[in-house]
Amino acid sequence: MSRVGFVMLCHTALDRAAQVARHWAESGCPVVVHVDRRVPRADHAAFVAALEGLPQVRHAPRHRCEWGTWGIVAATLAATRILLAEFPAVRHAYLASGSCLPLRPVQELQAYLDGKPDTDFIESVTTADVAWTVGGLDSERFTLRFPFAWKRRRWLFDLSVALQRRLGLRRAVPKGLVPHLGSQWWCLTRRTLESILADPRLPEYDRYFRQVWIPDESYFQTLVRLHARRIESRSLTLSKFDFQGKPHIFYDDHLQLLRRSDCFMARKIWPKANKLYASFLSNDPQVTKNAEPNPGKIDKLFSKAVERRTRGRPGLRMQSRFPNQGWENGMTCAPYSVFEGFADLFEGFAIWLEKTLGGRVHGHLFAPDRVEFAGGERIYNGALSDSAAIRDYDPEGFLISLIWNTRGERQCFQFGPADRQDIAWFLARDSNAQISVVTGAWAVPLFRSTRDFAEVRAAAARLQAVEARHLEILRSPHTRARVRIWSLAEFVEAPMEPLQILMDEIAPRNARRLTAAPRMADLTGFAAFLQRLRDEGMNPWLMGDFPHDPDPAVLAGAARHRSAAALR
Amino acid sequence: MGVLTAYGLRLQRKRWRIRARLKARALEPVADRTAAIRPGMILLFSTLRNERIRLPWFFRYYRGLGIGHFLIVDNDSDDGSREWLADQADVSLWTTSASYKRARFGADWLNALAMRHGHGHWCLTVDVDEFLIYPFCDTRPLPALTDWLDASSIRSFPAMLLDMYPRGPLDARPYREGQDPFEIAEFFDSGNYTYRRNWKMGNLWIQGGPRARVFFRDNPERAPALNKIPLVRWDRSFVYASSTHMLLPRGLNLVFDEWGGEKASGILLHAKFLHTFSAKAAEELERRQHYAASHEYRAYAAGLKDNPDLWCKWSEKYINWRQLEILGLMSKGNWA
Repeated sequence: MSRVGFVMLCHTALDRAAQVARHWAESGCPVVVHVDRRVPRADHAAFVAALEGLPQVRHAPRHRCEWGTWGIVAATLAATRILLAEFPAVRHAYLASGSCLPLRPVQELQAYLDGKPDTDFIESVTTADVAWTVGGLDSERFTLRFPFAWKRRRWLFDLSVALQRRLGLRRAVPKGLVPHLGSQWWCLTRRTLESILADPRLPEYDRYFRQVWIPDESYFQTLVRLHARRIESRSLTLSKFDFQGKPHIFYDDHLQLLRRSDCFMARKIWPKANKLYASFLSNDPQVTKNAEPNPGKIDKLFSKAVERRTRGRPGLRMQSRFPNQGWENGMTCAPYSVFEGFADLFEGFAIWLEKTLGGRVHGHLFAPDRVEFAGGERIYNGALSDSAAIRDYDPEGFLISLIWNTRGERQCFQFGPADRQDIAWFLARDSNAQISVVTGAWAVPLFRSTRDFAEVRAAAARLQAVEARHLEILRSPHTRARVRIWSLAEFVEAPMEPLQILMDEIAPRNARRLTAAPRMADLTGFAAFLQRLRDEGMNPWLMGDFPHDPDPAVLAGAARHRSAAALR
Repeated sequence: MGVLTAYGLRLQRKRWRIRARLKARALEPVADRTAAIRPGMILLFSTLRNERIRLPWFFRYYRGLGIGHFLIVDNDSDDGSREWLADQADVSLWTTSASYKRARFGADWLNALAMRHGHGHWCLTVDVDEFLIYPFCDTRPLPALTDWLDASSIRSFPAMLLDMYPRGPLDARPYREGQDPFEIAEFFDSGNYTYRRNWKMGNLWIQGGPRARVFFRDNPERAPALNKIPLVRWDRSFVYASSTHMLLPRGLNLVFDEWGGEKASGILLHAKFLHTFSAKAAEELERRQHYAASHEYRAYAAGLKDNPDLWCKWSEKYINWRQLEILGLMSKGNWA
């Protein structure tokens, strides 16, 4: 006769429950089964028949076991009493459910418990220290009344909770009890159980717990604290709950993971996981390692799943993840750089940047006629099209997709007042964006163009207005991007320092001094060009204070001199 | 969402239910084996026309996933589809020669069948060229998913349509009956989809993929919708509002998380672009029985003449569901 006995609470998948009960009984362990009274009579009869001829099996009187209510505790108490009374050799009682599956041979569990004959294995934590409660109720489980079933009468349940809170209705916890919570599945010693059952105040406690919410997670967890000699506050049953408070389910593909966990029991098993039932319901000593249970890997798997469900992958927009504004947890999935004005000021800036960073650099992704992907590609990562119409149909989605599709490779692109501006607010709000602006640099190509001056003047006025509006956005308090703004005059004075800062920020690991500067456009006569714009009645102010220079060659020479100095 | 809009949607749903009943009068039973439907069975609903060559693989695939019973509407096939279907022991078959378009592209017929036979079952509504992929589909049968959805109190499961295509012209490698179509159409676009929220119905409107890239380059707003909610724990008060893109009541359409998390979702691999496609496109254009004045098919007919190759160097070759998950096209959510 085994010194460990099982109390089994069943309500679904009775065929599997019977299989497990038979396994234990045939391994020499007493089993007391309780079947929820809500199970139809025919199903119950079949279950009883399946366990016929096993002298080790008893059937407990049936209670209604509605989730979160007293019935489950009542059933557990009834079955435990039978187990203790009818099987005097039992030293440890193990509470299991019909969807539990033993992962290790009974002999091993027996040996493990023999090594700790006085220890009660029950997760038992004070309410202040638990993190898993559902519905925001932890200490209130013990101070409010719960006359309505949460699963069936949710609105009445919520109403009654709200009402009691509003009216300040509270009931007292019986003197001497300190509410504890923990997993429903325990393994307690006969000594502790008998001591609990013989407690003269038990009727008082029972009356109290009848009105506690989810008493199956607190009744024994609280009472053992009065009676146990040595408590190990953990469950021998591997049972993980997800963020909704429902147990994770194990399938055939968890076989190796379960095997390596060295836990004694797992819950819940999908009833049709044939491979799991076939593999674990054996007492084959081959699988024996006599190791301490180590559920770490499984814990990690499940906590990752919960993280995926609650936080998601940053910067991903998809059919089942479409965050409201402010809830993106990363508007894009990786940092990227936006250069404004640089390509106007430096000749071959993109090529220089590619060489410096060793990555790919795009042209104006938001150019009005087409998407200027790096290398002039028509289609880019993820099969993104260069069609301006498709991009403009959803500019934010376009950028989110581009950054997502190129994970692991930093994206850099040019932007300017001649581009589509719809994306501007998104860029500004995105903390992954590094935006560097040389204001007024758009005037450089105008200055060098051979177009009719009236046209140039009109274009300058338009671009300046657009860029001014864009700068307002970048300077708004809602901006989360890393923004740096220089006026053209300022930048031309000392271009290497800002470039060095940007490169260091983009690629901090291969930080080294810039050796080759990009080639700056020849600005000889630029001040005169600005003056001519002024003379035509336009005020080009975004370039900053370009010295009214009688000899432009001096300016260009000075700039060259300074960049050379910076290189040294 | 005002009270008026809510009431308007309710009326619309009622109207569609009545309409479904009326349209269903055109359905003529060929083989009614619905008495074999048992509680808990997963049912598959589909409507088709002249798809004989696709049927053997389609049935092999979905029987393998664990579908219990198939409820099929045959829209006047003349290629032997009807006879083949009528012979299958797990198929209930209806036929009709009524207009596909006037039955709101088959939605009315399937709504009526689901209303009659789907109540309380998980119902999968797909076309014969759509193949459901869901998390862990290589190791767990469909009932594992529906049991988990039940346990999580989830009533509807989304699966975006993913257009699959071969490399090279569509007719270069003809599809053989019984063959896995994705041996041929093995490529897809991994990251060019647009998502926008339809506030009235509460669903996401998804467009993109090779069809938007090639056929709707200049007017992407006309590209076909790819959002689908094919798997629903049916209640007789539910209706599909527009194909399987969205349902009423609209709470069923909230299959995405709004607060940064990811809900579980799947993919419908779309085996549309096989050698049968150009003939089908021409036929459908002729019949003018498709959505938005068959605009889509006109675009195909025009696009196919110029360049029949949907493949590009960024096309992704299909491997398995985990690949789709990593690419961010579907999600395990909190199923582990």
